[in-house]
Amino acid sequence: MSAALKQKKVGLTGNSAVAYAMMQIDPDVVPAYPITPSTTIIEEFSSYHADGKVTGELITVESEHSAMSASVGAAAAGARVMTATSAQGLALMWEVLYIASGMRLPIIMPIVNRALSAPINIHCDHSDSMGARDSGWIQLYAETVQEAYDNTIMAVRIAEESDVLLPIMSCQDGFITSHAIECLELIEDKDVKDFVGEYVPKDTLLDVDNPVTMGAMALPEFYMEFKRDQSNAMTRAKDAVSKISAEFAETFGREYGLFESYKLDDADVAIVVLSSAAGTTKVAIDKLRAEGKKVGLLRPRLYRPWPHAEIAEALKNVKVVCVLDRADSMNDFGGPLFGDVRSALFDLDTAPKVFGRIFGLGGRDYKVVDAEGVIGELYKVLETGKIEQLNRYITI
Amino acid sequence: MTKNNTMPHGGTIKSGTAHDYSTGGWRKLRPILDRDKCIDCLICWVMCPDSAILTEDGKLTGFDMEHCKGCGVCAAECPDKIKAISMAVEEDL
Repeated sequence: MSAALKQKKVGLTGNSAVAYAMMQIDPDVVPAYPITPSTTIIEEFSSYHADGKVTGELITVESEHSAMSASVGAAAAGARVMTATSAQGLALMWEVLYIASGMRLPIIMPIVNRALSAPINIHCDHSDSMGARDSGWIQLYAETVQEAYDNTIMAVRIAEESDVLLPIMSCQDGFITSHAIECLELIEDKDVKDFVGEYVPKDTLLDVDNPVTMGAMALPEFYMEFKRDQSNAMTRAKDAVSKISAEFAETFGREYGLFESYKLDDADVAIVVLSSAAGTTKVAIDKLRAEGKKVGLLRPRLYRPWPHAEIAEALKNVKVVCVLDRADSMNDFGGPLFGDVRSALFDLDTAPKVFGRIFGLGGRDYKVVDAEGVIGELYKVLETGKIEQLNRYITI
Repeated sequence: MTKNNTMPHGGTIKSGTAHDYSTGGWRKLRPILDRDKCIDCLICWVMCPDSAILTEDGKLTGFDMEHCKGCGVCAAECPDKIKAISMAVEEDL
């Protein structure tokens, strides 16, 4: 066990930690356009660039559509590419997101989650990356600054795994995590470089001795086979996340799974929630556990691909589940996480009752008292056996 | 690549395959060369967006009708004093 590898304990914001990880990774090319709340990632990375602490190219482009287009071009040329964005920036990248994943380019993109307009709002919710959940990008969601830092490093390996080769979004909550200073352990530069290794692209446009065409057409005869191959790679990405997270734990001592279970083993009722809200929920769970209530939490870390079988296994003995979504699908059937959890549980012999609550949109606070309210609702369903409202807004 | 086999990774294929794919079928206008007027300046060869100007030994020999879209750039770019290329309507030919 080499977990004794030297690490220094510091206080940093989520964005500073991710910028630091990017400096340590030192990707070949970073095309980027600033947008709140991800701006300081690129701002700090550009300082590292100006100070000569990184050797790669930083391209300041004219929009996020250009940032992702330049990322695709650089990755096709064989470069290890990173960029970062939020909200409207991610929305503007939309068209090119699908090109990156369809061309199997392992671009690494930290996302700082922020609400989409309108009304215009710069604060946290997950409507930006949830909208991109079907774009063929792997998605990790971090609860803390430490995890945002660690996920950024692991994301490189996951995306570039030889049987995966897909782009990846490493998400953290805007402002709540990105701008809050937390204590974390930073890995030594050399150890990060050793862990991520050198990227050897499968194909490169710059190999003039072996000229290739990338991004060519595939009409009805072949398009579907390409999509099947891409879909299979996404299936394999789940095992890659497990494998690389295990290697990370072995090397640096911090363990991460496909999801985090908190006091779930004997739980009668459970909350499923992504990212920073899990921390608040744990405080409420501790409080109600002290009162004898059997409450647990499941926090998915990997959202795309969706580890449905593992999540069903983890929740199979729970009687009532509430899924908290920080985004609304605007479909009269709750948020995206609700649909995915409920569907994953459908084949269980004794599936838990599942209801959904939309919370914290546009940076609305989610407090311990809100989590307690949800737990109260869970117990009401546990006692009556009836879900009065399948979905509704809370924290409102 | 065959239908039931795995596709080339990410759609990356050998280069130059567009040459083997005929895309001239929806042309409405066709370039007509007046060989007597042409001075072989090859501005049309430079400007053609589809590499459809055929040459041999530095002389313009004709047009690649499998790839020409009939855009008329060659006719427009042909020097004003020469005007060796005109565009004819396909259905009139």
